[in-house]
Amino acid sequence: MRYVTVFILSMIFWLLITFSFTVSNIVAGAAAAALTSAIFGRYYFHNVGKFLQPKRWFWFLVYLVTFIRECIKANFDVAYRVLHPAMPIRPGIVKVKTTLRSDFARTLLANSITMTPGTITVDIIGDEMYIHWIFIRSEDPAVYSRMVTGRFEEYIKKFAE
Amino acid sequence: MAALILISVGVLFNLFGCLGLLRLPDMYNRLQAATKCVTLGCCSILLGVMFHYGLGSAGFRALVAIPVLFFTATVAAHALVRGAYHFGTKMDKRSVKDDYSEIVK
Repeated sequence: MRYVTVFILSMIFWLLITFSFTVSNIVAGAAAAALTSAIFGRYYFHNVGKFLQPKRWFWFLVYLVTFIRECIKANFDVAYRVLHPAMPIRPGIVKVKTTLRSDFARTLLANSITMTPGTITVDIIGDEMYIHWIFIRSEDPAVYSRMVTGRFEEYIKKFAE
Repeated sequence: MAALILISVGVLFNLFGCLGLLRLPDMYNRLQAATKCVTLGCCSILLGVMFHYGLGSAGFRALVAIPVLFFTATVAAHALVRGAYHFGTKMDKRSVKDDYSEIVK
């Protein structure tokens, strides 16, 4: 079942990126998608039924909107630090605990953190994430965990776990 | 018009990213500028391309390139920053905290 999901997703991706609906193109796409799902199919989507729950799609949209807003904020933040004559930076690597369980959800969280203001995920070991932060705002682990993971963690939990 | 504004904003953010590469003190901070500004800059340019060509063949490809860029940029940043740390690249002396040093000896 999950092989079929990967196949359908890669097929959609192929059609979007080539954007031609001739028979030869669709056949080539099907062959490429079949190869992709045969090789990578077992790594993704352990429970395909999740795709069919509208609640998850709703939280995905909420997550997407928050993500885009945070991402734009991140850019202005970094641009401000770069252009400021005194360069207000206070960098360091902090340890943050995550409550997410599945690999897919953790990958999403790590990617989201990388795109949000001043933070890059360095490593994930067990349920601890190591995050490089360009301006550490607080010394208290409870406070900065909340700042780094933000609302992403709860949204991702709602649609990906 | 919208296309022109988006592309200009994108080029501007790419410029900030490059300035960050030059001005920030160490590898880790430079990577922050390189991933964030340059990714959003490129996304903005791609959106501008989409507006310019409309939702045809080129427009759709530009749109599909955005999520691809997001995933590859973040994964590349993650790999680079982790690789740099394990290689032993020093953090700037202004750094205030390093929890990762307990793991990497």
